[in-house]
Amino acid sequence: MAAMKNFMAWVDARLPVTQAFEKHMSKYYAPKNLNVLYLFGVLSLLVLVNQLLTGVWLTMSYNPSAEGAFASVEYIMRDVEYGWLIRYMHSTGASAFFVVVYLHMFRGLLYGSYQKPRELVWLFGMAIYLALMAEAFMGYLLPWGQMSYWGAQVIISLFSAIPMIGPDLAQWVRGDYLISGITLNRFFSLHVIALPLVLVALVVLHLLALHHVGSNNPKGVDIKKHKDENGIPLDGIPFHPYYTVHDIVGVAVFLFVFCGVIFFFPEMGGYFLEKPNFEAANALKTPAHIAPVWYFTPFYAILRAVTYPLFGLDAKFWGVVAMGGAIAILFVLPWLDRSPVKSMLYKGWMSKVALILFCMSFVTLGVLGVLPSTESRTTIAQIASLVYFLYFILMPFYTKWESTKPVPERV
Amino acid sequence: MMKKMFATVALVFASAMTFASGGSAVHLEQMAPDLHDKASLQRGMQVYTNYCAGCHEMGYARYERAANDLGIPVDLFEENMLPSGKKIGELMKNAMDGTDAKNWFGATPPDLTLEARLRGHDWVYTYLKSFYEDKTRPWGVNNTIFPSVGMPNVLEHLQGVRHMTCAQAPALDEHGKPKFDTLTGDVLTEEQCNVVVQKTAGQLSEEEFDQVAYDVTNFLVYMGEPSRLQAESLGIKVLLFIVLFGIFAYLLNKEYWREIH
Repeated sequence: MAAMKNFMAWVDARLPVTQAFEKHMSKYYAPKNLNVLYLFGVLSLLVLVNQLLTGVWLTMSYNPSAEGAFASVEYIMRDVEYGWLIRYMHSTGASAFFVVVYLHMFRGLLYGSYQKPRELVWLFGMAIYLALMAEAFMGYLLPWGQMSYWGAQVIISLFSAIPMIGPDLAQWVRGDYLISGITLNRFFSLHVIALPLVLVALVVLHLLALHHVGSNNPKGVDIKKHKDENGIPLDGIPFHPYYTVHDIVGVAVFLFVFCGVIFFFPEMGGYFLEKPNFEAANALKTPAHIAPVWYFTPFYAILRAVTYPLFGLDAKFWGVVAMGGAIAILFVLPWLDRSPVKSMLYKGWMSKVALILFCMSFVTLGVLGVLPSTESRTTIAQIASLVYFLYFILMPFYTKWESTKPVPERV
Repeated sequence: MMKKMFATVALVFASAMTFASGGSAVHLEQMAPDLHDKASLQRGMQVYTNYCAGCHEMGYARYERAANDLGIPVDLFEENMLPSGKKIGELMKNAMDGTDAKNWFGATPPDLTLEARLRGHDWVYTYLKSFYEDKTRPWGVNNTIFPSVGMPNVLEHLQGVRHMTCAQAPALDEHGKPKFDTLTGDVLTEEQCNVVVQKTAGQLSEEEFDQVAYDVTNFLVYMGEPSRLQAESLGIKVLLFIVLFGIFAYLLNKEYWREIH
């Protein structure tokens, strides 16, 4: 024990390990009323680590060439010891990542976690979400199945809808006239090196910004207002050990569900692994129905909902604008919410109705994005898209007009 | 209030999911794969080797793995099922050239390693049973769930010749379900002209042929995901461990939080 103490003293004199541990764990005071929705941050971190580790092992056996990619995935599934497990952990992890991130973002909307002084926390979080979408999109090309190929073809061709530079831009992204081994190689590089680096860096910034301002809580009470004589918030408790033991329980519940999918339903009925992807990519054979993976479908539905040209530009371009706008508008959320209170508990009925409608529209769009479009579905998608945007556009007004309940001093 | 909100969101999600699960137009016969039925898998591999392997490779799988998983002793496998010139550790590829195949059949016969995962076991099972005589086609046969199919009916001498004719058949409603007489409960029939019926008997009875189709499909399901049984047996152990771990984690958490109010 004394040897350990001496060793830590030696390290601490050279690198602030103990100081960092105290700042972020044992002396990081979090509100004591955090509920189950606060688990999804740590679960995102867990899934990120899962993706990084399984990714490293998949890369050892994967062959990033148009000729060998599909066969190498089956090689991993059949010939590599526990390759099937590593691959299912990675493929299920991709979907799990979006599940936990969507719930994490929902928590933010519910309790106003993006409001002052946590604007940067939200912005870094949104940047993570953006990087995650790029990471998932590029990773999806790598198995080189039919849906990998045609999904990428559809999404990259969206760039060509941009006037003037569009077609050249799409070709620049592909590196070829159509999706080819060149595209596969650059996506592989970005998927395994560039984007993971960006993601990890952004996660560090997200956490540093959070720990600088402190965690919000379901009531939106500022716990830093009431401190004891040592400067410790009265309603705060050290993150470690209280929230670490809390999180371990959450991790166990999450792993139970996660492993249930990995071992028993890795395809998840065609939503996590799409059936057409069990056929190798074929540039001469277009699948009857091209649907993106479930986590992109809300935005895909918004893209398809725009069906009319405007200002001499065709509908596809405005669809791309709407899809991009649907993601971009999330970035400015901290400046759209004018409410004096953070949490939905103390906001007025308009905010509550708006959030419910927003969630309904998001889920509806997600379902519609999976299905082939018909006239009536397009109409529903248009209404849902409108609700999606109105939630944000009207937010400055309804958050200001509505009467709110008083926020208690203590949690 | 929060609980109500969650309930609303959950309800919307649930109704949206039902809405998403639309049916397909083609009616498929159901089959339930049983990967524990080694005898069925062995028979399926035998039929595959005798009737399918000449044209359809399983180019992502190896002979030895299949022999081991199906409980076929390697020496017996080498004697009876391994194509001449092949080694037991090799991939299950065949000698047919893709370009030749395209000239002969109009399309290269697909690799079957992942066919059951691609199309689903019900589709494969129904497909094998749905050939019928059609003199307008190059091989004299067609298939009700794969119109203008390029494949000859290689199992015809087992199944016998079937042809499409006009006959009494169950009347179907707009959902593809049989209609019933509301008084007697009997299935209603009507004269239909796209009904496939037996023309001449084959070597096997209908039940025996159904079993052949089942065995081949079962084998293809195994081939699509040879790790399935291993995954399920490991999965149960992993889940049990997580439950045990969860109990201790819960107790630890409870112990720490006792002092927090």
